Amino acid sequence: MNAAHRASAAAALAAATRWRPAEFVFWAAAAASWFLLPDQYLLLNEVAIFGLFALSLDLALGYGGIVSLGHAAFFGFGAYLAGLLAKWGIGDPLLGLAAAGVASMLLGFATSFLVLRGSDLTRIMVTLSVSLVLFEVANRLTWLTGGADGLQGVVMAPILGRFEFDMFGRVGYAYSLSVLFVLFLIARRIMSSPFGLSVRAVKGNALRTAAIGIPVTGRLVAIYTLAAAYAGIAGALLAQSTQFVSLDVLAFHRSADVLLMLVIGGVGYLYGGIVGALLFKVMQDWLSGLTPQYWQFWIGLLLVLLVVVGRERIFGWPLALWRRVAGRRA
Amino acid sequence: MLTNLFDGVAYGMLLFVLACGLSVTLGLMNFINLAHGAFAMAGGYVAAYCVNRLGAPFLAGLPLAFVASALTGVVLERTLYVHVYGKSHLDQVLFTIGLVFMSVAAVDFVQGSQQQFIALPAFLRSRFEVLGVSIGAYRLLIIGICGALALALQLALTRTRFGSRLRAAVDDPRVARGLGINVDAIFMVTFAVGSGLAGLGGALGAEILGLDPSFPLKFMVYFLIVVTVGGASSIIGPFLASILLGVADVAGKYYVPEAGAFVIYTVMIVVLLWRPQGLFAPRLAR
Amino acid sequence: MTRIRMVLAAMATLMLAGTAEAQQTVRIGLILPMTGPFQSTGRQIDAAVKLYMQQHGDSVAGQKIEVILRDDAGVADTTRRLAQELVVRDKVAVLAGFGLTPLAMATAPIATQAKVPMVVMAAATSSITQQSPFVVRTAQVVAQPAVAIADWALQNGVKRVVSLVSDYGPGYDVEKWFNDRFRQGGGEVLAALRVPLANPDFAPFLQRAADAKPDALFAFVPSGVGSILAKQFVERGLDKSGIRFIATGDVTDDDIVNAMGDVVLGMVTSGPYSAAHPSDTNKAFIQAFEKANNGMRPNFMAVFGYDGMHAIYAALEKTKGGIDGTALVEAMKGLSWESPRGPIMIDPQTRDVVHNLYIRKVEKVDGALYNVEFATFPMMKDPAKAAQP
Repeated sequence: MNAAHRASAAAALAAATRWRPAEFVFWAAAAASWFLLPDQYLLLNEVAIFGLFALSLDLALGYGGIVSLGHAAFFGFGAYLAGLLAKWGIGDPLLGLAAAGVASMLLGFATSFLVLRGSDLTRIMVTLSVSLVLFEVANRLTWLTGGADGLQGVVMAPILGRFEFDMFGRVGYAYSLSVLFVLFLIARRIMSSPFGLSVRAVKGNALRTAAIGIPVTGRLVAIYTLAAAYAGIAGALLAQSTQFVSLDVLAFHRSADVLLMLVIGGVGYLYGGIVGALLFKVMQDWLSGLTPQYWQFWIGLLLVLLVVVGRERIFGWPLALWRRVAGRRA
Repeated sequence: MLTNLFDGVAYGMLLFVLACGLSVTLGLMNFINLAHGAFAMAGGYVAAYCVNRLGAPFLAGLPLAFVASALTGVVLERTLYVHVYGKSHLDQVLFTIGLVFMSVAAVDFVQGSQQQFIALPAFLRSRFEVLGVSIGAYRLLIIGICGALALALQLALTRTRFGSRLRAAVDDPRVARGLGINVDAIFMVTFAVGSGLAGLGGALGAEILGLDPSFPLKFMVYFLIVVTVGGASSIIGPFLASILLGVADVAGKYYVPEAGAFVIYTVMIVVLLWRPQGLFAPRLAR
Repeated sequence: MTRIRMVLAAMATLMLAGTAEAQQTVRIGLILPMTGPFQSTGRQIDAAVKLYMQQHGDSVAGQKIEVILRDDAGVADTTRRLAQELVVRDKVAVLAGFGLTPLAMATAPIATQAKVPMVVMAAATSSITQQSPFVVRTAQVVAQPAVAIADWALQNGVKRVVSLVSDYGPGYDVEKWFNDRFRQGGGEVLAALRVPLANPDFAPFLQRAADAKPDALFAFVPSGVGSILAKQFVERGLDKSGIRFIATGDVTDDDIVNAMGDVVLGMVTSGPYSAAHPSDTNKAFIQAFEKANNGMRPNFMAVFGYDGMHAIYAALEKTKGGIDGTALVEAMKGLSWESPRGPIMIDPQTRDVVHNLYIRKVEKVDGALYNVEFATFPMMKDPAKAAQP
């Protein structure tokens, strides 16, 4: 390979990771929402948290190719850890976040060896089982977790000693959004690094990747561990901003919901989870406000239409626009 | 002891009838149909309606449940599923979950959210002793029906012309088409039978598993367990897996009740680590 | 997608603006599990609240009452967010509903912070009322039916029992209250079984109970599955082997007892409400409820919701339409009235419910199955709080 070749390859890679205008628009809009939509802080806070959760699943699924139907295991683990720390008097939010991230990371590392083998279905069931076992553990350890009654007595200190969580979700949303943004930046950086590219290669074709000397197992373990850490932080955010943890942070429907969100938004480009979380949550909130009893029907119908009619045709318009804006610079 | 074994087998058989349709769509047609439980629920509700409201005898309600679910299956397969066969697995998950949501809300709208019961005739509620083993008539009925079905399915798949065509269609749809096999029709019939069986299972299981609008979501996990442990794409695999799970579950809860819900999940993790393709799957790379 | 969000936000503000125009309005935020596994709870309470408003008009002391119903699907953080939104955005004067204990627990701090009364219409763990001075409960407390049925069993020749509860917090509470009470009274608990919440088959547990040969099996499991348990109890022939089946009222829930069939005839349960309660208030309630809901029979949840609305209405009467949270809670303390379930009072000290606990037996009345009351433990307080100094 000659120098010119190498340079052009590097340029292509750099171009692929350059910030596009649409991305600036996206984050500017997110920041603007904090100023413009004070009525929606609580919902948006949830969107940000689930966006981060879905982003973490995107790392495992969209980049690592590991299908998980038990991602709530890490989300819930992080939530309980952050909740318990705050209950035991360590109420500093950032410290709790870091602790939850590290602990979930360790859990992710430990369980990553379970998901290395087998088909999609096998992985789905193994991850599912892990999360259900954790659910049962949390249910049984009533002295620690409060069991089905939920964890009470979570008292958060102000963020950085200055900003106290308020009832309107003002601080909470700003906090969650900032954490989402920072972690997004990190994920974006990692995924465009040589490491990220090699992870993608593993997903593309594990056999060939191994043949060119990339340790497949190591890459999968690493990406799954990273995803677990992200999920744990998302869980911690939920525990901190609601100051309560209940068993359903570990429930099956969490794992299923987050997978839905990610798939709605599209996998493998980091924004999918956030967009999906926004669409799903806003739709759910809106529909369940209109018809508290039967909103599930309409959500279901939307999902069915989304697949049968096809994303391309539904999102075709905005996407074409997006491409035109995004493509001009590239 | 033997009573436990008997209960476990009956429970396992029930799981088998409920889940075998899923194993067929998943293993043979490579389609993730999470809405499978919705067909089971539909069967259960049809049977409940016919027996309780229209006064049909219970044993007539079962075939009605089968037919109703199978017909629903055909209609949905022709109108919706065909468009999704070619999509990615994730899209299939999205689509079928959407169907589950719709079915849950629809049943709730029509029938209300409370638990449904299907009135059993007196002779099915009786109990008798055989060689010191206490046996419930209803569970015996389950074993009888499900055992016969398993046998019939296995024979249909291996010994009939339809079975060989189905296997051909699965192995290589293009070649099968080239040989003049109507692959679409075969898939449709297979799908219908799978849905019908689920409906039958839903009707049979109402007495033991219960029946309410959240049924498809509640039991989705169990169906998946049966299929994964058994290995998709055969009848024998899920059959043995169901029985194993049924017996292990009942025995586990009887002898070590403290372990509770852990047993089934832990067993599954271990099994899947040991045999990722399922316990009874033929060793082949597909 | 920001556009969607903005459009939605705009629509939401429009909708709010529309309702805000209607003069003096007292809003009640009703948060219930309307979907998910506990939706029947939500349905019953929602129907009862609507019925109450239909019967008693939508204005009290010159104030117009408006109920905003939201669905939390039984998920605690959603309940909490909805409560916050209702308080902050819709300025509700009262929060009500709460289908399960964690949902109420998660919301209690909001009630305290916002000084908004929180009327608990279903969740039954004792400590909920201690989470906030603004919590008032018109539901029941789990220990009440457990203690009542334990006392009744002791008085009626039951010496040895096996207890069977669902494997989660409320189950542990009931197990403790029932078994302690039973042992104190000189009874013997042969085994304390716990059934996983996601448990598809009761056979092994019933077999264990049968093998222990007790005088009675005591069961506490959530309403829907409870009925399956009761049916399987008979199907396994446990009743014929001389074991009695006793339970809390959830098992023979009024909502479904008739559909369970003759197998449950004679089952004895304890509970604060039965649709067969012989009073004119109840007869009128049943009639109106069935008429308004297509023949659906109200169950205990419906009455809890109905009484919750009564507490809110009565408190507003007392405050002359004032919606100050502290004043409303004060007004609710000590309220007592004749409910469809019988006499009921809000304990002025604990803000918890005080009501009769009835021992009932399933019997056929006019061709339909009902829980017919035959013994009463009058005006029972929460035993858990009574035990505390």
